[in-house]
Amino acid sequence: MNKKTLMFFRMVAASFIRRRSRMLIALFAVIIGATILSGLVMIYYDVPRQMSTQFRSYGANLILTPSEEESISSEELEKSISLIPENELEGYTPYRYENSKIHNMPVTFAGIDFESVTKTSPYWHISGEMPQNDGEALVGAKVAEKLGLKTGESVSAENSFEITPDTDISLIPEYEIFEDPETGEKHCDHSLDISITGILETGGSEEEYIYVTYKDVEYLSLTKRGYDIVEVSAAAMQDTLKSYTKRISDDVEGVSARLVKRVTASESTVLDKLQSLVFIVTAVVLVLTMICVATTMTAVITERRKEIGLRKSLGAYNSDIIVEFMCEGLFLGGAGGILGSVLGYVFAQLVSMNVFSTSITFRPLLIPITIAASVLVTGLACLIPIRSAVDVDPALVLKGE
Amino acid sequence: MSLLELKNVSKIYGELNALDNVSLKIDKGEWLAIMGPSGSGKSTMMNIIGCLDKPSKGQVLFDGKDISKESRRKLTEFHRDKIGLVFQQFHLINYLNAVENVMVAQYYHSMPDEKEALEALERVGLKERAKHLPSQLSGGEQQRVCIARALINSPELILADEPTGNLDEANENIVLDIFKRLHKEGTSLIVVTHDPEVGEEAQRIVRLEHGHISSDIRNEKFSEG
Ligand SMILES: Nc1ncnc2c1ncn2[C@@H]1O[C@H](COP(=O)(O)OP(=O)(O)OP(=O)(O)O)[C@@H](O)[C@H]1O
Ligand SMILES: [Mg+2]
Repeated sequence: MNKKTLMFFRMVAASFIRRRSRMLIALFAVIIGATILSGLVMIYYDVPRQMSTQFRSYGANLILTPSEEESISSEELEKSISLIPENELEGYTPYRYENSKIHNMPVTFAGIDFESVTKTSPYWHISGEMPQNDGEALVGAKVAEKLGLKTGESVSAENSFEITPDTDISLIPEYEIFEDPETGEKHCDHSLDISITGILETGGSEEEYIYVTYKDVEYLSLTKRGYDIVEVSAAAMQDTLKSYTKRISDDVEGVSARLVKRVTASESTVLDKLQSLVFIVTAVVLVLTMICVATTMTAVITERRKEIGLRKSLGAYNSDIIVEFMCEGLFLGGAGGILGSVLGYVFAQLVSMNVFSTSITFRPLLIPITIAASVLVTGLACLIPIRSAVDVDPALVLKGE
Repeated sequence: MSLLELKNVSKIYGELNALDNVSLKIDKGEWLAIMGPSGSGKSTMMNIIGCLDKPSKGQVLFDGKDISKESRRKLTEFHRDKIGLVFQQFHLINYLNAVENVMVAQYYHSMPDEKEALEALERVGLKERAKHLPSQLSGGEQQRVCIARALINSPELILADEPTGNLDEANENIVLDIFKRLHKEGTSLIVVTHDPEVGEEAQRIVRLEHGHISSDIRNEKFSEG
């Protein structure tokens, strides 16, 4: 390195080391900007991933219904589910509905799997507990209101049947069967005792049912049959989902599959809107950062007008001064960018943890991009005050006391 | 042959003629004092001679060459090579130490050379303070650094605007001794001063009043010897 270059770096280094407090303020401004910028960009790219997990947790996006027969059999269900790749399958819940009466009022029971329903309907809000066993029930809020049912109570659901040769007598306790002495027809006053473990609130039609196990609805109805509807939650985008519905409808006889339009369609629009929101915020922050850095640099440089005048009086060309000051500015930008990209990751992680409760994917490519952006923004922010400061008249600044 | 010549130079600020049709010749190796009341145009004249400013009217000849019409860039080069400036307010760069401040002048002139810079400090008696920052130096010491910086590139002419204005008598004498030495070595000096004692050391005293030269006298002390 020749002596001139050496002196150049000696001056720049001295300016950093001996004007620490000033430089720290400027560096701080750059770091804040770079942090917010890289953090937001990271969030911007992670929002789709984050949000689709969110939306997935907003439940079923595929629905299977019987196409010809009355219900979907276990075999048909198994075959349909096997058409969805295992890694994308989040969960599925078959529903079987049966009518009954409580206190002589008609109610509809739904047989479900209480474990898988948390996957397909994660938004269910339950006051009380989710049932665990046969004989326990989750009561929809509307039904509970209508019938005056409360958590912890026990009630009986009653069905009355005419016993035909088809009836599966094995399910019925002896004491429930009696014979009409006149006609000789056999009847059964069948009842199921259930204890209420919780009340379900969703704000939707789900509140109109009482949920019990499959075994209980089977017992209540005294018939063995398949499912009325199956809710499926799969981690895939709309186009892929569409292809699954087609495959299932085509390949599995007796099952027709369709998308749950409401959720999946809005998913994409909400995503787009969120992403453009983050984009706008990022752009605004970028401009604010630039203004902030420019203001700081203006203050720092204005303070050095005398020095600029002096350097000019010692024979510096304007270009020399621009190079020297820009070098300081770019160095600030680089240092700020390095620290900012690290802090930005921390920032994005914190936001992600708090808002989405998941961690953010680290993107190594973002480090050089952040540093480059930081250098560029700081450079631009410095250029304006330097350009105007460099035009100072040395005769004027050197004269002032 | 004259080193420098001002020919009918005027500097006009709006209505005000800070310098009004001034003509002046300075010989090589001459020590000239410029005196006069505040606002009489001394600093204005120094800035024009030092190529920091251009005259509104008239010519400035350096070595017989008209420099008043040159571009800013040419002027910068010219004054960097020929002129050393000493300021009343020292104007040292506060984050550079004494020797670095001297080296800045080398840096823009040709090549920084720490050894030479230290020698320049030695000449003004500041070798031991080379690593001190301006804030760690007294006013007199700062002024000597400023002089070391002015003479580092061996200029033909040193311009000093009130070099002793901020100094006590002891420091004033140190500075004057340095000037005397430089003068002996053949450097031309132009010193603006309010102080008659400082003026007395010069070979020639030019008085300015309202932008005019009111008197231009040889110092008897020298003309006799
Ligand atoms: N940039 C300027 N714009 C307008 N007027 C100026 C400017 N610079 C100097 N002047 C005026 O020109 C006149 C001469 O100023 P100059 O600085 O040369 O005086 P001076 O003799 O050096 O005084 P002092 O002894 O107080 O330093 C003054 O009246 C001053 O107000
Ligand atoms: Mg003055």
